[in-house]
Amino acid sequence: MTDDTTNQGIPEPEGASDIIETDYEIGQDNVEGSVGPFGFDIHNPVFLVSGLSIVAFVFYALALPEQSATLFGWLRPAVTSSFDWFFLLSADFFVLFCLFLIVSPWGSVRLGGQEATPDYSYIGWFAMLFAAGMGIGLMFYGVSEPMSHFSTSFGGTAMEGGARTDWAPLGAAAGDEAESVRLGMAATIFHWGLHPWAIYAIVALALALFTYNKGLPLTIRSAFYPIFGERVWGWTGHVIDTLAVFATLFGLATSLGFGATQANAGLNELFGIPVGSSTEVILITVITAVALVSVVRGLDGGVKVLSEINMGMAFLLLIFVLLVGPTVVLLTGFGASLVAYVEYLPALSNPFGREDVNFSQGWTAFYWAWWISWSPFVGMFIARVSRGRTVREFVVCVLLIPSLVCVLWMSVFGGTAIHQVIADGFTSAQDAPLELKLFKMLGELPLASITSFVGIILVVVFFVTSSDSGSLVIDTITAGGKVDAPVPQRVFWCVFEGAVAIVLLLGGGLAALQAMVISTGLPFTLVLLLMCWAIFKGLQTEAR
Amino acid sequence: MFTKIMVPVDLVHAARLRRALDVAADLGRHYGADVCYVAVTAPTPGPTAHNPQEFAAKLEAFAQGEGAAHGLSVSSHAMISHDPAVDLDDTLLKARKETGADLVVMASHVPGIGEFLVPSHGGKMARHAGVSVMVVREDEAQ
Repeated sequence: MTDDTTNQGIPEPEGASDIIETDYEIGQDNVEGSVGPFGFDIHNPVFLVSGLSIVAFVFYALALPEQSATLFGWLRPAVTSSFDWFFLLSADFFVLFCLFLIVSPWGSVRLGGQEATPDYSYIGWFAMLFAAGMGIGLMFYGVSEPMSHFSTSFGGTAMEGGARTDWAPLGAAAGDEAESVRLGMAATIFHWGLHPWAIYAIVALALALFTYNKGLPLTIRSAFYPIFGERVWGWTGHVIDTLAVFATLFGLATSLGFGATQANAGLNELFGIPVGSSTEVILITVITAVALVSVVRGLDGGVKVLSEINMGMAFLLLIFVLLVGPTVVLLTGFGASLVAYVEYLPALSNPFGREDVNFSQGWTAFYWAWWISWSPFVGMFIARVSRGRTVREFVVCVLLIPSLVCVLWMSVFGGTAIHQVIADGFTSAQDAPLELKLFKMLGELPLASITSFVGIILVVVFFVTSSDSGSLVIDTITAGGKVDAPVPQRVFWCVFEGAVAIVLLLGGGLAALQAMVISTGLPFTLVLLLMCWAIFKGLQTEAR
Repeated sequence: MFTKIMVPVDLVHAARLRRALDVAADLGRHYGADVCYVAVTAPTPGPTAHNPQEFAAKLEAFAQGEGAAHGLSVSSHAMISHDPAVDLDDTLLKARKETGADLVVMASHVPGIGEFLVPSHGGKMARHAGVSVMVVREDEAQ
């Protein structure tokens, strides 16, 4: 007998999706047990191999600082300058592939089966994917990047020995103020718009499809099932998952280390708090502690709540700057930036025969490598919260809407700072170091002490939302795709990440390991291209 | 006395819940109550099932098996939780409301979760459920 409340909220199984039949049982390679009162449920050998190799790399960076700095310091520019065309070409392909999915008949495939209903409302979903994806970068680069491209464009080109030595995008706009603003905004939006979100969307869509529709575990290796078949459960898959854990943990730890330095500079500017490693260690500890509370409270009670608070605060700051700043200039600037972006997009995304090598390699290829090295983490997190959306809805919401928000953010924050230079002659934001540009810009507006304080809080909370979602992702991968592994395990990864950041901060080696993370962008680009094929193949058999 | 008995189960570790299952069956027969088996899954694939639909089907099969073995009137109720490692207690409390059960029979805690960090699930249920809760210890004999 079945009562009338049975299976409430669960869609009917008929024709829901195309399950991949495999003998692999999720958790079959896991080791369960407990150390004292702490239970664990970990994938063997991914947990151990990734944990130990992370310790080994930290040790290498600390024991041989000069050698590691030289090696990784050489590796990063070598990767972005030799393979710039490959990064640019691949990223263009990802954007086109996503746009194709929107208009293709497979757009109506629903993640989780035709009858599935979305797990999260638009607001909660959007807040989470945004906070994990690029929140922190918006705080640091919202003012500095438009300013930087504006200044170099205005400065014009410089040639030496037949090669461009300036950092201006494309052909610059020497001495033309209005055109420099347009080119500067277009170049910034190019780096924060469609391309990075297409990269995230590919990874997230591949994982969501193979998890929710094909019934494979929520780990990176599942997306490779169409390519490697049953071998993904063996060493091929172990290597893929370990690499993903590696890139995620080091990406988070080095950002946390650098972020602490930048937040410290902001605190010094605002409240005269001394700059030094003790303040930075305290900052990392506080961020990790808040992230810890968030992961222990879970996805709904912690991560989602913080992401929504963060979105709300960022939105208020945006509205504030829009209203007290040069409102009319900013509003027309938003439209003008969008037009400039569309106009310059073909030239900026052209992978071959570029003359602006400093810009296309040092900025664009570097950004693409950076976004790609973060994509396993952000993509997997987006996948986890996206069940119940159709492919079309998913791509529109992950690709187009965040891109528009970035355009708005960059136009308002960058536009205000550039306006301060052009119209008022305030150059303090232009002259300030990267981490202070935002605060210098806010300093020229009313209520500076309040908005700057909000700015600091936003920086810290954006770090927390990256740290907690990152810990959940690493925990899931190292538990073989199980999302219900014992809580002490995610506590371990959260603390481990903070500890790695502190050790690297005190011992040196942050720059070296960050360079290494960015270098992992190259192999992951291949991984993403394979994922596109896997998505295409996987969608064919789904009910539309 | 009781009309509906809710029994939270963990399909992966069902063998370790034998005592609680037997007690629930005995009480169900004694009071002529319907026994409703409840289990919680994440929306992602797990060891038991590829998706929530399959999970619900397996839970229903499990319930029918218990019903046939003990001669009971049974039902099942599958719950989805985004983060079961954390939200298990709250999800079970919600299931109690949804099923309208007037007695809960459960094992003291789900195996593998340290009681040091996460207090026993039975304890929280007893405090907050608002109906009678019987917590069965699996290792009572020792």
